[in-house]
Amino acid sequence: MNILYDERLDGPLPEVNKGELLKALQHALPDLDILWREDELKPYECDGLSAYRTTPMLVALPRRLEQVQTLLKLCHQNNVPVVARGAGTGLSGGALPLEKGLLLVMARFNSILHIDPAARIARVQPGVRNLAISQAAAPFGLYYAPDPSSQIACSIGGNVAENAGGVHCLKYGLTVHNVLKIEVLTIEGERLTLGSEALDSAGFDLLALFTGSEGLLGIITEVTVKLLPKPQVAKVLLGGFDSVEKAGRAVAAIIAAGIIPGGLEMMDNLAIRAAEDFIHAGYPVDAEAILLCELDGVEADVHDDCQRVREVMTAAGATEVRQAQDEAERVRFWAGRKNAFPAIGRLSPDYYCMDGTIPRRELPAVLQGISRLGEEYGLRVANVFHAGDGNMHPLILFDANQPGELHRAEALGGKILELCVKVGGSITGEHGVGREKINQMCAQFNSDELLLFHAVKAAFDPQGLLNPGKNIPTLHRCAEFGAMHIHAGQLPFPELERF
Amino acid sequence: MADFDAANALLDQVDAARANATPLKIQGGNSKAFLGREVAGEVLDTRAHRGIVQYDPTELVVTVRAGTPLSELLAALDDAGQMLPCEPPSFADSATVGGMIAAGLSGPRRPWSGSVRDFVLGTRVITGLGQHLRFGGEVMKNVAGYDLSRLMAGSFGCLGVLTEVSLKVLPKPRQCLSIRLDIDCVRALSKLAEWGQQPLPISAACHDGQSLYLRLEGGEGSVTAAHQRLGGEPLDSVFWRDLNEQRLSFFDEGLPLWRLSLPNNLGPLELPGEQLIDWAGAQRWVKSESTEIHALAQSFGGHATCFTHGATGSPFQPLAPTLLRYHRQLKAQLDPQGLFNPGRMYAEV
Ligand SMILES: Cc1cc2nc3c(=O)[nH]c(=O)nc-3n(C[C@H](O)[C@H](O)[C@H](O)COP(=O)(O)OP(=O)(O)OC[C@H]3O[C@@H](n4cnc5c(N)ncnc54)[C@H](O)[C@@H]3O)c2cc1C
Ligand SMILES: Cc1cc2nc3c(=O)[nH]c(=O)nc-3n(C[C@H](O)[C@H](O)[C@H](O)COP(=O)(O)OP(=O)(O)OC[C@H]3O[C@@H](n4cnc5c(N)ncnc54)[C@H](O)[C@@H]3O)c2cc1C
Repeated sequence: MNILYDERLDGPLPEVNKGELLKALQHALPDLDILWREDELKPYECDGLSAYRTTPMLVALPRRLEQVQTLLKLCHQNNVPVVARGAGTGLSGGALPLEKGLLLVMARFNSILHIDPAARIARVQPGVRNLAISQAAAPFGLYYAPDPSSQIACSIGGNVAENAGGVHCLKYGLTVHNVLKIEVLTIEGERLTLGSEALDSAGFDLLALFTGSEGLLGIITEVTVKLLPKPQVAKVLLGGFDSVEKAGRAVAAIIAAGIIPGGLEMMDNLAIRAAEDFIHAGYPVDAEAILLCELDGVEADVHDDCQRVREVMTAAGATEVRQAQDEAERVRFWAGRKNAFPAIGRLSPDYYCMDGTIPRRELPAVLQGISRLGEEYGLRVANVFHAGDGNMHPLILFDANQPGELHRAEALGGKILELCVKVGGSITGEHGVGREKINQMCAQFNSDELLLFHAVKAAFDPQGLLNPGKNIPTLHRCAEFGAMHIHAGQLPFPELERF
Repeated sequence: MADFDAANALLDQVDAARANATPLKIQGGNSKAFLGREVAGEVLDTRAHRGIVQYDPTELVVTVRAGTPLSELLAALDDAGQMLPCEPPSFADSATVGGMIAAGLSGPRRPWSGSVRDFVLGTRVITGLGQHLRFGGEVMKNVAGYDLSRLMAGSFGCLGVLTEVSLKVLPKPRQCLSIRLDIDCVRALSKLAEWGQQPLPISAACHDGQSLYLRLEGGEGSVTAAHQRLGGEPLDSVFWRDLNEQRLSFFDEGLPLWRLSLPNNLGPLELPGEQLIDWAGAQRWVKSESTEIHALAQSFGGHATCFTHGATGSPFQPLAPTLLRYHRQLKAQLDPQGLFNPGRMYAEV
């Protein structure tokens, strides 16, 4: 099934007269930058999921809140779909434009408005880059904890819209745990303040609801985040294992020992070798799996925990356990992991990154299942894994220039996600549903659940103008996808039983 | 009482309420009946639906039926050396897990650990359309669809009947030590602001007008070092339970009790009544007959809730008109007949 907006399955979109809309916008907002020529629009045709491209009808690049407000009111009155975009690094096509819609780029809202070290908060505009917040807080010994690998580029508005994670989530939480307040404009151009500088707010927790809502409920115009004091020290241990099962057992044993590492990452052999070739991190290339375990905090505690983790890994059957001897080696250990995607990119003309989550105990079975599916589809899969919180990133290697390979990669990806759902996991841990996983939503949720999601949407945007076609599939699409048979305890995908 | 899956009976009662258009008053242990507005309706008692459905300590997740006594859940976690880091109060032995989530109240550790909603991973809910649905799950990270599970936390049962929740749990800290420092409130709050910017293992901070009470939690090394640095008198850790369960003498019957949730760096505040500071300043309890508490809390950038039954007709902070409109629209979508706890939070919702 094609991933681009399909009016037959995703619902009809209003017919918008581009010329008239452009005129109306220019009239109402003479100082707003609007792109409308084909060659200007082209660069905006995709986000980080570059296999899917659609040229937007118009692109608006506002700098002031009032511009966004007026623009939304105008779009609302004229029934124009609006797709928000931050930095466009999303990996699920959440900011993929619509031919019949306006792309609202929030990237120019890039000011850090206020840092209050005593209150440990930062108030920023939505286009501010994730890393820029930590950089601005650094002089005070503070930082913003969620650290997606894309943090040099992605925007905090996009982070809130995706509920982005990072390698330190298990200990420090996701975006939803680190945001205190957002300012929002509804599609009607009304201003809402959700959350506050206090730790909770009156009424329903709409801040939680809006976090991860992928631009379907409102436009985020300001974000107040929590800042944390930087840990005194961070140490990393590398454990090599001759089987993925043993590495998985070591993860469970570390947690059973009452230790919550700052980061706990696993890589399989294909990923290890790719990273080692690329970064020379010092990884054991013969290992079937490695674990990177980072312990951070106060020096004395970290020292004790390193000792404990070393013992636990050894007891779980590690063939070697190494502690980074100095900061340079620690950085090298992490560089291998953080560059795993591009490293794997060197093995193959293209790769496709998945984002399923599973209960950790299912890891060996799921990895086995992935490798069998890979064989079945004739494609290699490398695995990097936020092992602490069960978030897998299988990377499917393919060559888009070979006829049919992209299609096979997508089909394999879909199967992997369905396998995650089958073992009690989720189709997405941090990258979002966007457009990419719209069909797999039909596997994770039944039609009543999907209808309730649409009902939530209708409370904020009854006309469905904000980012239509993303995040929640229509029942029509699911019927076509043919996966509506998951229900009350009945396991779907009998064809996968052999795993 | 034994573990029992009574979801179908709950569903039948919701169906009957739908058919007869009679509102339901959702009730767990009814320990928090004092909280919120009076609800007229037939009682829907969740307590038959109880038991831990799944608990694997190494996954750091527990799934439990809503009618389970909170004390039973806490005991099971304790046996495995784990805890609910948000430290929800029970206020009574009868408190249930569903009531705990729906009330969304967190204890002294909240500013450092996160709130009840922060630990919610998944829920099963009976909706106003009489459907039993599942949102979120038992995994730490899950961004598929809207986050309806966390929305349920603190919604006082106005959006649906919780039947099951999955919660993230954590190991108990290796070391825990409580101290009392006899410093005044001005100095205490300024010290707390300073310490907050340093990697100190503080996990609770309360000031009662006389002394600052601190809890240190972490590894042996960090707790010992922090204790050496901060000094102070040893304090029995039962203090935190008494604070959480409102058993300190401050909470003795008397004037209406208000909870103010405020930005954490306001410093000392003149409030119209005796006050107790918790959460390092971010939560303040005030005993007062003033009718201006909501306005006052708002002027400080926070909100207030009255914890004394009947002291005011609107215990929760009034919402701004636009926000209230979206609350009503959301309620109308999820509970179109207005069956669940109508008016418990707000007359209009
Ligand atoms: C190399 C690489 C590594 C990555 N690693 C991680 C990782 O470790 N963890 C992780 O979680 N993600 C990761 N990502 C994915 C991506 O960076 C995140 O999803 C990020 O949060 C997207 O931010 P953005 O500003 O680029 O948003 P965009 O891609 O522009 O938009 C993402 C979604 O947010 C919406 N949106 C954007 N801004 C607003 C706004 N102001 N108001 C309302 N809606 C808005 C869009 O409509 C869209 O649905 C990675 C991406 C890349 C390319
Ligand atoms: C000293 C003290 C005195 C207190 N006095 C009172 C008091 O007089 N009255 C009072 O109400 N609280 C009081 N509380 C607070 C209250 O006991 C807590 O909020 C308690 O944890 C709630 O648990 P419960 O099972 O008793 O919930 P309940 O009190 O039964 O319910 C709390 C809220 O949650 C909703 N709810 C319960 N279960 C579900 C479910 N499964 N699905 C959806 N919604 C649900 C209810 O409708 C209600 O809105 C007091 C607390 C203290 C410390």
